[in-house]
Amino acid sequence: MDTFVQQLINGLTIGSIYALIALGYTMVYGILRLINFAHGDVFMVGAYTGYMLAIHLGFESSPSIIGFAVVLFGSMIISAVIGMLIERFAYRPVRKYSRMTTLITAIGMSLFLEYTFVVIFSGTPRAFPQLLPNDNYTLFGNATINTSQLLIFVVSILLMLGLQYIIFKTKVGKAMRAVSFNLNSAKLMGVNTDFVIAFTFGLGSALAAAGGVLVAQYNPKIEPLMGLLIGLKAFVAAVLGGIGNIPGAVLGGLLIGAAETLVVGYGQYIGIPSTYRDAVAFAILILVLLIRPAGLLGSNVQEKV
Amino acid sequence: MLTLENVSVNYGAIEALTDISLQVNQGEVVTLIGANGAGKTTTLRTITGLLEPRKGRVTYEGTDISGMATHKLLPMGISMSPEGRGVFANLTVRENLDMGAYIRKDKKNIADDMERGFTLFPRLKEREKQKAGTLSGGEQQMLAMARAMMSRPRLLLLDEPSLGLAPLLVHTIFEAIDNIRAEGTTILLVEQNANAALHHSDRAYVLETGRIVMKGDSRQLAADPRVKEAYLGE
Repeated sequence: MDTFVQQLINGLTIGSIYALIALGYTMVYGILRLINFAHGDVFMVGAYTGYMLAIHLGFESSPSIIGFAVVLFGSMIISAVIGMLIERFAYRPVRKYSRMTTLITAIGMSLFLEYTFVVIFSGTPRAFPQLLPNDNYTLFGNATINTSQLLIFVVSILLMLGLQYIIFKTKVGKAMRAVSFNLNSAKLMGVNTDFVIAFTFGLGSALAAAGGVLVAQYNPKIEPLMGLLIGLKAFVAAVLGGIGNIPGAVLGGLLIGAAETLVVGYGQYIGIPSTYRDAVAFAILILVLLIRPAGLLGSNVQEKV
Repeated sequence: MLTLENVSVNYGAIEALTDISLQVNQGEVVTLIGANGAGKTTTLRTITGLLEPRKGRVTYEGTDISGMATHKLLPMGISMSPEGRGVFANLTVRENLDMGAYIRKDKKNIADDMERGFTLFPRLKEREKQKAGTLSGGEQQMLAMARAMMSRPRLLLLDEPSLGLAPLLVHTIFEAIDNIRAEGTTILLVEQNANAALHHSDRAYVLETGRIVMKGDSRQLAADPRVKEAYLGE
């Protein structure tokens, strides 16, 4: 039982990160019908931005909650700007062409980010400084949770609540919803759709960057290709939840995270070695596409015209 | 108020509109009639900046608006109820109307205008909290028109408001057009239902394969034998 609780905690921890990244995939898809394959790399950019902030502002030597907050929000803001620049200069010019064009552009953007960072920081992993003292807390039994896991939970929940607020209670959120239902109608309502799209990229990038900083606290080894696998898994999470569906992205992320650690913990009993951990997400992807392509919370409803 | 001068529009290599010139004056209801694929919707999409003319000019109250970003037209007083209605299916009726007032900040007046919309179409009041996607086609059309009025436009563009509606609903829609006009809004009405359109407008243009082939006083056109034969089924 203790191991189960422990596995679940670990799973939901990584699942929260998948959820944060999946939200960016799903929001951009909801608005542009574009799979932004560079999104996982924005997560990496967020981790490196946090790293640079921590080093240059001197937070590495004196762990404090303020230092952590500055690094987290600083990285989110800088990455949001980078996300908007990506949209402005890579995606907007090709938006009027076919979806295949934008998809290939996204893959190109992904490689561009990865290898730009290899050039700048080299491919050698760097150690992300510990910004907060890492303590272990015993829950019940022998299950423990440490500070960085706790941070992941608390920060992700707060960010998701904030996102919910923006989408449902603000003017720009209303515009985002309108654009995702019908781009041209939104334009006719006087919505500056270019701005809304850029804002959506900014929002998604900020969430991914937060994920990057949080992961780097949990597992302090960052490298330019770190966004590749986690980005793909977050994409699977978005598809599992129903791409375009915001609660779906969160649910998908948590489920994939939990499934992964459960395979690590118990897979051996049913003949799945724990080394299959990274394959779980993709097995789930195949199942979803076969059984319920619209995803758990996605709707298959045709638009009424 | 609105002028199109020698406007040509292409979809890729195909010319959809050839040398269109038309004019809408303050206070008028002008209709653009023609068969499917004649270029009626293309004309409206060009006026609203969703398409850019290859040639020619669109001017509104003296300003060149050819190819202007669509979202900039609403603040200038141009509003459109698009083809296929384009309601936000996942938003409620009320939220759709709210979206129509997206650019406005005067909350008090917005509430009044929403009531006015409900007076125009009492059916919408009954459906106020329902998702727009659950409405019937006729109700969605009412919503699209009421929504377009929420910005208090001076020029209202209507794209096929009666398309696919039962006769009784067609009647309701055209009654609403008369009411909107009576309140002082200028209307450019694109219609396949030539009969109703000619009876509820001042002037008309007839579009055939991207060209204007006839124009004039609506009543005179309704009496024209060629129009009668081609569009009124007589």
